[in-house]
Amino acid sequence: MSVLAHVLERAGLATVGISIVRQQAVNAKPPRMLHCDFPLGRPLGRPNDVELQTDVITAAFALLARTDVPVLADYPLAIEDESDTPAACPLPPRHDPDVPAAVDEARGLRRAYDRSVATYGRTAVGRIADADGIPGLIETMIRIEGGESLDDVGWDAAALHSAGQDIRAYYEEAGLGLADVTGARRLESWLYQTTAVGALLRSTQRVLKAAGVDRNTWYYLLPRTQPR
Amino acid sequence: MSADDVIRSSVGDIPVPAIWPVAKILRMPLGECRVAIVTTAGLKPSGGVELWQPTDASFTVLPASARDVQLSHFSPNFDRTGIIQDLNVVYPADRLNELAAAGVIGSVNERHVSFMGAQFDATFSTIIHDTGPEAAQLLLDDGVDVVLLTPI
Repeated sequence: MSVLAHVLERAGLATVGISIVRQQAVNAKPPRMLHCDFPLGRPLGRPNDVELQTDVITAAFALLARTDVPVLADYPLAIEDESDTPAACPLPPRHDPDVPAAVDEARGLRRAYDRSVATYGRTAVGRIADADGIPGLIETMIRIEGGESLDDVGWDAAALHSAGQDIRAYYEEAGLGLADVTGARRLESWLYQTTAVGALLRSTQRVLKAAGVDRNTWYYLLPRTQPR
Repeated sequence: MSADDVIRSSVGDIPVPAIWPVAKILRMPLGECRVAIVTTAGLKPSGGVELWQPTDASFTVLPASARDVQLSHFSPNFDRTGIIQDLNVVYPADRLNELAAAGVIGSVNERHVSFMGAQFDATFSTIIHDTGPEAAQLLLDDGVDVVLLTPI
């Protein structure tokens, strides 16, 4: 983003940016940057905190008057609600013993997912499948974990990444429908550390790595900070 | 060390290309300026939620009135629940409209722009020489004076 700031300024646009990785702004020296010590993924602060978001933007715009560029200012508030502790979301009980646990679990979360979509009016599911297709993605992931190659299941690396992100979005949004979770990354940890699907994704990544598959294919299946 | 701290420490010193800095000095009141958002969150218009591929240095144009934009960023290494709860934590289109209504800024441009940051190939050459200037020209043609840059 800092490089983009230079390009836009050179073209004749005045820019001010929000920084969330301070060292990048230090190194790239864009003309005006406001560093916010907020969780990654939330550069304007807390969801639905209109007062805070407005104050952040106002503080950023105040830098436009500075002529002593480059200027890197620090927003005075830090938000430290990011946590590796899983959110306390109840998982559905086993319903159909004839299907794999991960598929059964995903089906059991559907109503919670639908509540989230109704509440927030948006979903990130849909890169390669909609919500109806999530159990099918999980079934394909089980085949890969079982030793079938990506070619065998008809996927390439992009399809694997897309499926991983669709499954993640489905679960995190179901989590929003199950509990009042506001802290960053807590539903991510709930998915990868406590659910049957999380265990499947971790295991699938290990299988692909052990099979000698190209690193860029399996590496981005999980956030790098989650247990492998 | 928290997950975010781990990620920050791993990407903080990504090599930066040599750029001769040029700063546009704003010579008009902010209350008379047209403002646009340029985000590196990898947002796409509704229906375009497919994954934004690494090394894709292109940009998308987002109608300023649209709120059904979709996160398509390939990286899994940041929180994704905040933007579901409130688009403004990444893409503060509502906040800009409020600031325009209050007279703090002159107006909001009718379209915003998204790139995707955290590219595998950090040479940045396409952004510096091609897509970046194209996006800038698009905004200049709209009469934009100020760009608010947001990451994810």
